[in-house]
Amino acid sequence: MKLPDEHKLAKRKKRDQAIAFWIFRILSYAIIAILFTILSFIIYKGASAISWDFITKMPEEGMTKGGIYPAIIGTLCLVCGSMVFAFPIGVLAAIYMNEYVKDGIIKKIIKQMTNNLAGIPSIVFGLFGMSLFVNKLGFGDSILAGSLTLGLLALPVVIRTTEEALKAVDNTFRHASLALGASKWETTSKVVLPIAFPNIITGLILSIGRVSGETAPILFTVAAYFLPKLPASIFDQAMALPYHLYVISTSGTNIEESRPIAYGTALVLIIIVLIANLLANGLRKYFGRKVKMN
Amino acid sequence: MKTFYKKFAEKFIEGLLMLSGTVTSLTVVLIVFFLFKEGVGVFNQKPVEDGYVIAVNKNNPLDKVVSEDIKNIYDQKITHWNEVGGNPDSIILFRLEDISNYYSDEAIGENFEGLAGCISRLTDSLPGIIAFFPEKYLDKNFKGKVLDVDKISLSEFFMGEEWFPTAQPSAQLGVMPLILGTLWVSLGAILLALPLGLAASIYMSEIANDRVRSIMKPLIELLAGIPSVVYGFFGLVIIVPLIQETFNLPVGETGLAGSIVLGIMALPTIITISEDAMRNTPRAMKEASLALGASKWQTIYKVVVPYSISGITAGAILGIGRAIGETMAVLMVTGNAAVIPHSILEPVRTIPATIAAELGEAPAGGLHYKALFALGCILFLITLFINLSVEFVTGRKKHNKH
Repeated sequence: MKLPDEHKLAKRKKRDQAIAFWIFRILSYAIIAILFTILSFIIYKGASAISWDFITKMPEEGMTKGGIYPAIIGTLCLVCGSMVFAFPIGVLAAIYMNEYVKDGIIKKIIKQMTNNLAGIPSIVFGLFGMSLFVNKLGFGDSILAGSLTLGLLALPVVIRTTEEALKAVDNTFRHASLALGASKWETTSKVVLPIAFPNIITGLILSIGRVSGETAPILFTVAAYFLPKLPASIFDQAMALPYHLYVISTSGTNIEESRPIAYGTALVLIIIVLIANLLANGLRKYFGRKVKMN
Repeated sequence: MKTFYKKFAEKFIEGLLMLSGTVTSLTVVLIVFFLFKEGVGVFNQKPVEDGYVIAVNKNNPLDKVVSEDIKNIYDQKITHWNEVGGNPDSIILFRLEDISNYYSDEAIGENFEGLAGCISRLTDSLPGIIAFFPEKYLDKNFKGKVLDVDKISLSEFFMGEEWFPTAQPSAQLGVMPLILGTLWVSLGAILLALPLGLAASIYMSEIANDRVRSIMKPLIELLAGIPSVVYGFFGLVIIVPLIQETFNLPVGETGLAGSIVLGIMALPTIITISEDAMRNTPRAMKEASLALGASKWQTIYKVVVPYSISGITAGAILGIGRAIGETMAVLMVTGNAAVIPHSILEPVRTIPATIAAELGEAPAGGLHYKALFALGCILFLITLFINLSVEFVTGRKKHNKH
């Protein structure tokens, strides 16, 4: 009986590996290529539409001309409103989860519920926001109702990132502080939070990026189709960037003529997301280095 | 005194923290309460609009009809009463606006004061009539017979194949095409995304060097950060025309377009989770395999992938979950036809897209409104099921370890 040629086997093994690795490499680069196709297409088409007038003027002539100023302001209001609500509650909840509550049934329940909330589709948040804030509490279609709905949506994101930031703080810091006679809250507020702060801010920036692009939750809670004036109070309706993009690209009266505006709006949204991601990554890198050096 | 104050403050803060901790749980409970309160209301309601009645001649043996028959009668698909269990008379349709064909303006009266009497007499004189009119024109001594319409039943709702929530006189609320459309599009998305996502996660965790990985990771995060409406817009201006030209279709808004867009959107979820799982493979296991003479590739498919299979499964399930719940992108590219799809090159309509497209026109508290909330309930239950199965898959892994 002849044994298989060892040399041949080794060769085949090597060849298989080379083929497999190349396939994986190509597929991975394909994903990156998809990303760059989307980005470069929107940037290329949108760049010609964007100008100073575009971001500071009211829409005109059935939204085929003019700018998107009210939509930018509306999104700004919604982002601020939702963060005013979600950020403090999310951070406090994360502190409670990570620093205070002991392992057990309560922690498990809260954790499970937070996970469930994170998994609920955004359109269900829209339904909920409409029935509770708009109808039941009588806020009507308003920035307040939209902000609260978006805030609830962002809550799990804030909690999760804050929790990760708190977990990254070494336990020796806590023990040292407690050993010096500091109370639990003193330890948390003066030792743990300052160390975790940069990572918490990173989480905040990422959730801002997420909230500014959400459309489904604001469809029925705040968004106005066409409203060429700025909201005067939190009980007013407002335009918003993602909804504006949806409307002018699908159901406008003059879809072809408003295409440049649509490209411009998409680009503004992409820029917001890009800035949020770059900022978050930059912060992460900068502070990561600083802590290591100390 | 100072220690007392301090202690009090500590307790107060702890209470505040606990309160914040309960907000998410409270929200979930509230969402369930509001969704189901409105959604279950569908089954308590008749498909005929409130304030309207359906009446027939008093000699007609029928006492009640189901919603589907009413629709078929008014669509003139059923033309004789014996098809629904009555006399062999042919059916005469009557809507309120038809009254002028039978009676003069004088008989009806300037302020419709004679209308109720006219309808009553007309119903009495025509044996094959079916009349649909507002309840306020129902005469006190009505000579016809008001038909009882069945409430919407569970089977009608889930098995019904037609979704015409605003059809007159009787709404058709079959969610089957919507459920199938959702599953159809999501399945297509995951079939596209899973091979790509798995390849990328294997590449990032096992093959690429640290530098390539540190570039790819933020890019994948960016892919996750792009708003869904931008994906939808991209699909609308690029993918939809592309499909229309490639397959020579009348419209490019198809299930396939939805699957492609959703597949791209599900990629980051799949990649991040399965990459995490693969990186958690113990070093000792990989090194043992390599020490036995296995190549790196053999180690990957014989050690790393089997070890992290639960994580990979979790990533795939969550990817499906993301696809099922996605609203805006699907709404913009799938064409939104509420029919049961037969191929991927037909327009389909998903549950989230239906809610987004129709809720704005549904008057609050009405049947249509409640039906959309019932759709929300279905969506909620699907995502809950997905979360639980992820928990189950990853939980079993922990159990195996010990």
